[in-house]
Amino acid sequence: MEKELRLMKGNEAIAEAAIRAGADGYFGYPITPQSEILEYLMEANPQETTGMVVLQAESEVAAINMVYGGAACGKKVMTSSSSPGISLKQEGITYIAGAELPCLIVNVVRGGPGLGTIQPAQSDYFQATKGGGHGDYHLLVLAPSSVQEMADFVELAFDLAFKYRNPSMILSDGAIGQMMEKVWLKPQKKRSEELLPWATTGKPATRERNIITSLDLDPERQEKFNQKLIAKYREMEEKEVRFEEFMTEDAEYLFVAYGTSARICQKALQLARNEGIKAGLLRPITLYPFPKKRLAELADRVRGMLSVEMSAGQMVEDVMLSVNGKTRVSHYGRMGGMIPTPEEVLENMKLFIKG
Amino acid sequence: MAEIKTNDIIKPENLAYKKSSVLTDNVMHYCPGCGHGTAHRVLAEVIEEEGLQGRTVGITPVGCSVLMYNYIDVDFQEAAHGRAPALATAVKRLMPDRFVFTYQGDGDLAAIGTAETIHTCNRGENILILFINNGIYGMTGGQMAPTTLAGMKSSTSPYGRDVSMMGSPIKMADIVALLPGTCYVTRQSVNTAGGVRKLKRAIKKAVEYQNDRRGTCFIEVVSNCPSGWKMTPVESNKWMEENMFPFYPLGDIKVPAE
Repeated sequence: MEKELRLMKGNEAIAEAAIRAGADGYFGYPITPQSEILEYLMEANPQETTGMVVLQAESEVAAINMVYGGAACGKKVMTSSSSPGISLKQEGITYIAGAELPCLIVNVVRGGPGLGTIQPAQSDYFQATKGGGHGDYHLLVLAPSSVQEMADFVELAFDLAFKYRNPSMILSDGAIGQMMEKVWLKPQKKRSEELLPWATTGKPATRERNIITSLDLDPERQEKFNQKLIAKYREMEEKEVRFEEFMTEDAEYLFVAYGTSARICQKALQLARNEGIKAGLLRPITLYPFPKKRLAELADRVRGMLSVEMSAGQMVEDVMLSVNGKTRVSHYGRMGGMIPTPEEVLENMKLFIKG
Repeated sequence: MAEIKTNDIIKPENLAYKKSSVLTDNVMHYCPGCGHGTAHRVLAEVIEEEGLQGRTVGITPVGCSVLMYNYIDVDFQEAAHGRAPALATAVKRLMPDRFVFTYQGDGDLAAIGTAETIHTCNRGENILILFINNGIYGMTGGQMAPTTLAGMKSSTSPYGRDVSMMGSPIKMADIVALLPGTCYVTRQSVNTAGGVRKLKRAIKKAVEYQNDRRGTCFIEVVSNCPSGWKMTPVESNKWMEENMFPFYPLGDIKVPAE
């Protein structure tokens, strides 16, 4: 398969990009609004072409543990789900993080709590960026704001996961998962045949046995391991922060928004500029590691930052921590599957400016 | 009669037992008289004799055998409680030529991991599930398990398991034998030399069936828990024979057509 331009849903783009990135396996369980990922893969049947395994598991719990087993073999494996399903996967995710394994988890977020709604939301930010399961750990979290990024971030997420031996997450939402856009797909990559030195692939006489575990009953060693994880997260914070800026050069007020909200803020920004309001936008692409340094720099130059999220206000806490009181910070958001309009966002920026 | 010295006895022709080269030198943490050590040893011997060490991936459970990877010299993954068959499913699908087994206790396999057990067997994954059933949660200190016998006392059924309140003990081997995905289901024990030999033959058959991709092999080992049952090793074996075996009868439940 060569580079190709297609019109696709965000969910389909993830599935196709996974095949083309040379993924070894996908394990999933149906849930709205992301079932197209599993459906697309089942129809594409990559087992016959690239050899990629696609399996519908009996539950989200089983699916993430299949990912755990595959990742422990050093394979490029992934799962996807939506909010309630991601809650179920948290046990497996913390084991994967604790065993330092690479994998990709996609969350096409819907409104909550509980069964909530099937409409788009951004209310899983805390869960995605602060760990999600038990114990001290972080996922590397990428937030796409277009179908193109849904496709592009699959390979990026795998690359980062293997670079740091850490699970990556694509934190999308029902809007980007369901909407159709043009997307450039990369050429097909061959699946790797390499046996990774740490992976459980069967012990040859030439090496010690490999043991993949997150268990250490010795508290001193466990604390050293926790410190090793922290060092890894610090390195990610140094090297992997990604964000995009719009009209921040002369901005007096800043929108901070990711994913769908960032697209709405881009329009709100144009409307604001038409009215002579010097607004700008910072769109975090990595939600963890978060663009703390850049926000701290901008805090010296702007009069305030408005975090716009489809949630009760979650990322706003990271914005506040980043600016550390140097500028005013507030939140505007809709919940329960409601998507704000650019006009509504602009009105709330005006209210914020008034103070 | 001339005096016999130790060095006169240590000769290859006098060798009655030799530790498998696939067992490590680590001292096992199991309680005296527990069946786990014997089951590990038999499995290690089969891995050695069948030349599987270089292509084996084992999945350990949460329970007494959580640290099994310290004792058998093959690649291991340590699963979350009950999830070993899900890990094994992925390992086998991604690397079909590896010998893949899970080793699980009754709480792991028959309580928290019931869904994974049933569905892995139902898909007929080409793996071996080794199920150690001693009717109790050993590691956490002797709580009631799904396989605890009716009337049997445990720390969470101190007056005996009341089946009207706590349900009846569950016969997992009989359940998975009903699924078309399983090819070989058998119930064995390690309390006698004969039992040990039979278990070894059963594991060798499971290796053969896995090589031939015939479906899931499920070997239950009815075992004891001297500490959890609060008995001496000898008492626990006697109690097992008198109480566990009538409810969990030993022998093949399902064998593949030749």
